[in-house]
Amino acid sequence: MTVSNEKEKVTNENIMILTGNHAAAHAFRQAKVGVISAYPITPQSPVVEKIAEFISEGKLKARFVKVESEHSALAVCCAASATGSRVGTATSAHGLEYMYEMLPWASGNRLPIIINLATRSLGAPWSVWTDHQDFITIRDVGWIQFICENNQEIYDTNLQAFKIAEDPRIFLPAIVAYDGYILSHTMMPVKLENQEEIDGFLPPLKHHINLSDISNVKGIDPVTTPNIIKRAEGTAPGYYEYRYALQKALENSINIIKEVHDEFFKKFGRSYGNGIYKTVDTNDANTIIFTMGSVASQARIAIKKLRTEGLKVGLVSLKLFRPYPAEDLREFFKDKENIIVFDRDIGYGYEGVLSYELKAALYGLKNRPNIKGFIVGLGGRDVKTEHIISGVHKALDAFKKGIFTNKTDFLGLNLEELKDYDESTYFKGG
Amino acid sequence: MVNVMDLPEEEYIYPGTRACAGCGMALIYRIALKALGSKTIVTVPASCLTVLHGMQGFCSTKISVYHTPFATTGASASGIRASLEDKGLDEEICVLAFAGDGGTTDIGIQALSGAAERGTNFIFACYDNEAYMNTGVQRSGSTPLGVRTTTTPEGKLGHKKNMPKILEAHGIPYVTTGISSYPLDLFEKFKKARDIFGTKYFHILSPCPPGWGYEPKDTILIGRLAVQTGFWPLYEVINGKFILSKPSSKYLDPSKRKPIEEYLSVQKRFKTLSAQEIEIYKTYINDMWQEIKKRIESQE
Repeated sequence: MTVSNEKEKVTNENIMILTGNHAAAHAFRQAKVGVISAYPITPQSPVVEKIAEFISEGKLKARFVKVESEHSALAVCCAASATGSRVGTATSAHGLEYMYEMLPWASGNRLPIIINLATRSLGAPWSVWTDHQDFITIRDVGWIQFICENNQEIYDTNLQAFKIAEDPRIFLPAIVAYDGYILSHTMMPVKLENQEEIDGFLPPLKHHINLSDISNVKGIDPVTTPNIIKRAEGTAPGYYEYRYALQKALENSINIIKEVHDEFFKKFGRSYGNGIYKTVDTNDANTIIFTMGSVASQARIAIKKLRTEGLKVGLVSLKLFRPYPAEDLREFFKDKENIIVFDRDIGYGYEGVLSYELKAALYGLKNRPNIKGFIVGLGGRDVKTEHIISGVHKALDAFKKGIFTNKTDFLGLNLEELKDYDESTYFKGG
Repeated sequence: MVNVMDLPEEEYIYPGTRACAGCGMALIYRIALKALGSKTIVTVPASCLTVLHGMQGFCSTKISVYHTPFATTGASASGIRASLEDKGLDEEICVLAFAGDGGTTDIGIQALSGAAERGTNFIFACYDNEAYMNTGVQRSGSTPLGVRTTTTPEGKLGHKKNMPKILEAHGIPYVTTGISSYPLDLFEKFKKARDIFGTKYFHILSPCPPGWGYEPKDTILIGRLAVQTGFWPLYEVINGKFILSKPSSKYLDPSKRKPIEEYLSVQKRFKTLSAQEIEIYKTYINDMWQEIKKRIESQE
């Protein structure tokens, strides 16, 4: 066997065909997570099944607390993080909603916990298929929120997420999301990096809280008053100051996210745009599709077809949803003419969240681009290339006519097929 | 049996806490920390103990305390324990979860049941003041029959939940009842529990002057009456074996028990009890002791 063959063999061994869920589990293993706590839910469950397997095979020396609910899962994670361990979990949809109370507890205490979220729609009606509703409903709790487009990105983003979350300049929890089934259960080649290299990239956690150091007595998270408290023992911030610090940490995290992304690229040779959004064919484009996750993957195909029609269309796939990178997006979109937003979520009673947030972010630009939003693929309805293409045509047509509206526009609905159906059985009022 | 000279002089709670005058819980907490010592981490949900611990920037104890949302005490203790295991510090440090009756029997029961089922190595102490006292005396699953609270102005329907029995059904190695009026009994039990591996459950009755309606000076008296009337038997269940605790042992004989009216009549919360309800109490106490008697006999 020659040396070159041997090298190739090692490389081949490092590439595994993995589902998105297993890519996340491998990242946890290689990040040497110390405490994991989770509760099963579709389509996330294979993440924690794989972790249980790693632990039983001795490939991961973690404590896995198999709790009786997601609420407890995140409560275990918070307490274990406060005791000084690197911790993480995974969940979906109702599991994330059930964790809700603990989400601001983690961010308020600045606990660098990582959640993997295999996205899934929220009931009712009951559904196990993907959309981004679970991901967007937690946008105001103070977590960093990433969303991925392929399984390599899930693995890479997890490794980066630990480093970002544990950065002493911020200490924030983070969510790494990916579409349920579309990524969670689909196998793709994923390059796993050597453990030594990962250890160099991601050193052990040096936490700002450590209950296990019993010589350093602390009361973590007692009742905190509206105002600053001054007493003989010293001055303590009020709730308002704590929450200001959380907001500042989130604002500051954008640069750290870019920094860690660059470091990862230098070390491992893979990058995802600038670490906060990815672009495709945007240089000469005057029309940009703006979306995230599985919808962005579909849009990659759609823009190729649209270009054959002579339309100069590009894509911005948002990777960092929180903190919202408003300044970067404002800079990017300042010279663009048209933006068409596809939301696999909806701010019920208003419009798609990506759509209205982008409109707000671009307010104040001298030459504001035209923006129109569409809703697609709720509850796992297929998002087809033709839906995206029709959306682009529809939007460009509306812009030409000067029609601008916040009214929601659902693509891929099949109301025609239901015309003989008693409406009252699926919605009231019509 | 320990005597008062055996109690460590070291106090783990700083003076001047925000607990009410005559608080049974403050006494229980003081004794528990004396028994467990400095190598302890405490976790506390929303409760009167949160009030005792006071406001930000200062810890009222010489032991670290992690405050956790209402429903999560059992999970929070599990997380601390898991992290200690992860760090190889497991043997040295005791994890104490200290929750009120609402945080134990109502909103906290799921996380506690999960932690017990997993055999988590920790002590869960429920201090039971028999209502949501910290939020203004609303009824809980641990409020006794006929008690007036702000949400049961005409008296609570049904008896309190028998939480020690529920925990016993989990097959954990140690379950005990206690009361603030017998601190030496409590001290001994906490000492014992510290050396037992697995989940240890304490259900400790905690008289509450504002919530129960009596003078703060009477906390010890009221608690003793709870034991002397047979309403609150003190016992341990160690690996399934039932042991009546010394302060309660003579009340196995019904003639030694004081009439339940002596306990009920000195508290304003029982003011609206009917004669029929008092009869129900007598039956309740008799049945409870019959069961204890049978159990002790079956072990002989």
